[in-house]
Amino acid sequence: MIEARGLTKRFGDKVAVDDLSFVVEPGVVTGFLGPNGAGKSTTMRMILGLDHPTRGQALVNGHPYARAKAPMREVGALLDAKDVHGGRTAHAHLKSLAQSNGLPGKRVEEVLDLVGMREVADKRIKGFSLGMSQRLGIAAAMLGDPQILMFDEPVNGLDPEGILWIRRFMQREAANGRTVFVSSHLMSEMALTAEHLIVIGRGKLLADTSVTDFIAQNSAGGVRVRTPQVEELRDAFDRAGIKVTDVDKYLQVEGMSTDEVGDLAAANHITIHELFAQRSSLEEAFMEMTRDSVEYHAQMGDEPALDPAAMVGGTK
Amino acid sequence: MGNVIRSEWTKIWSVRSTPWTLLILVIATAGISVLISWGETTHLDSPGAPARSAIDVTYDSLAGLSLGQLAIAVLGVLVVTTEYSTGGIKATLTAVPNRLRVLAAKGIVFAIVATVVGMITSFVTFYVTMPFWSHQHLAAHIGDPGVLRAIIGAGLYILASGMFGFALGAVIRHTAGAITAAVALLLVVPPLMNLLPGTWGKDIYKVFTSNAGSMIATTMPQSDHLSPWPGYIAMTIWWVVPLILGAYLIQRRDA
Repeated sequence: MIEARGLTKRFGDKVAVDDLSFVVEPGVVTGFLGPNGAGKSTTMRMILGLDHPTRGQALVNGHPYARAKAPMREVGALLDAKDVHGGRTAHAHLKSLAQSNGLPGKRVEEVLDLVGMREVADKRIKGFSLGMSQRLGIAAAMLGDPQILMFDEPVNGLDPEGILWIRRFMQREAANGRTVFVSSHLMSEMALTAEHLIVIGRGKLLADTSVTDFIAQNSAGGVRVRTPQVEELRDAFDRAGIKVTDVDKYLQVEGMSTDEVGDLAAANHITIHELFAQRSSLEEAFMEMTRDSVEYHAQMGDEPALDPAAMVGGTK
Repeated sequence: MGNVIRSEWTKIWSVRSTPWTLLILVIATAGISVLISWGETTHLDSPGAPARSAIDVTYDSLAGLSLGQLAIAVLGVLVVTTEYSTGGIKATLTAVPNRLRVLAAKGIVFAIVATVVGMITSFVTFYVTMPFWSHQHLAAHIGDPGVLRAIIGAGLYILASGMFGFALGAVIRHTAGAITAAVALLLVVPPLMNLLPGTWGKDIYKVFTSNAGSMIATTMPQSDHLSPWPGYIAMTIWWVVPLILGAYLIQRRDA
């Protein structure tokens, strides 16, 4: 279990993490979602004791991580896969980490097998692709067979195969009863991976909810209808007490299904050219929620955002 | 603690820069010493050369130390700063959140390596340079007064120079900055201290890093310098103080 209590981090004038409180439970993948610069990495660094909180505290299994007696048996973390000395071999890197916690040498071979890297164990890390580095980072995290796994943007920059591998890995380990806490700036990725969501923006907690509830609450519904008889249809909605708004060449209807709109038009002998349910995507819901808390806005006017899944890339 | 020391031992020997730097240290120190001994013994009878009896043969035969001290200081810097430049410090401190323990283990492992290499370097250097001196019937012998202390002292001086680099690395955390500081403070600034006026200027010159530390490798009193052990103690203070500062900072700063 991971717990944040009023966690706050200031860098000079800038508040990176602002009074954040949440609990991450075992048995499910918990997604830590927020736009770039929302404070996800800083929060994770504070959980691991790498950064000192300005206020509040982060607890791992009920105590600050720095007081862990066998740190690697409690938490396995992967913050940035490229944070390794490229001059070492994968085997030497893992061996030094295992030794630091008095873990048996055979764990090195076991985790190398776990991530399928036995063949490259004696290669120097600087020649590794990002995907291989991610696997090495996961191998390092698994050395102590820890109860808690924490990954910062693990699918960033990976090819689809790598993304699928990590997603399945996290789901399997959560199903095995581990606490899995994974950050991402992509709602679409979290919708596929996580069961629970902690959403932050500008360091503040925006939501702490199950993915199912998040989808139910944030997928704005509504129906759009296009007709050559706009005024007649508007009057018909007025009489039915339904509020409509103009969106481009459509009327946007709230509180009615497509069936009901069709029936209402038929009853009033109004021609309909187009009628469809409007469902904003999860990604749009996420962006809507964090709109005020995004660090840097791109100037996109009223254009719908590009499919963020197509923008998988570095956040560092 | 034993676990962390084993881990740091694996780390220091699993990067190529360690054996390379150490090899360069031994070869450069011995090589420069040979050149200096050769040159000095060739010009013994030329006008302006010091009297034979005034030559500290042991000290002069170890003259390559001025280069060796830099090689070990650079390695001392790298042992700490590469953790930061590569980002490996995050994995290190996540595995061992007790930061003092990490710094202590790193320091102990590096000190062992520096001492062993320092001793090898000084003894090798002494024995490869002596043929030049014995040719002139000036050779120092290990049983002569102060000679064994000077040779072992040269090894200890390598240790102190290395720890100086290590401590600067812990405080500065950036490779280029720490190496620049180490080279400046060990090699460039010490002779310049001679330009300071008055007795306080002489006092500062005497206690300044290599001016003080290298005296451990002498067998004769040197004018305007400290005697061997007081000099070595001054050199030790030069690395202990920044190391204490580094130990304080590593706990206080964000990793």
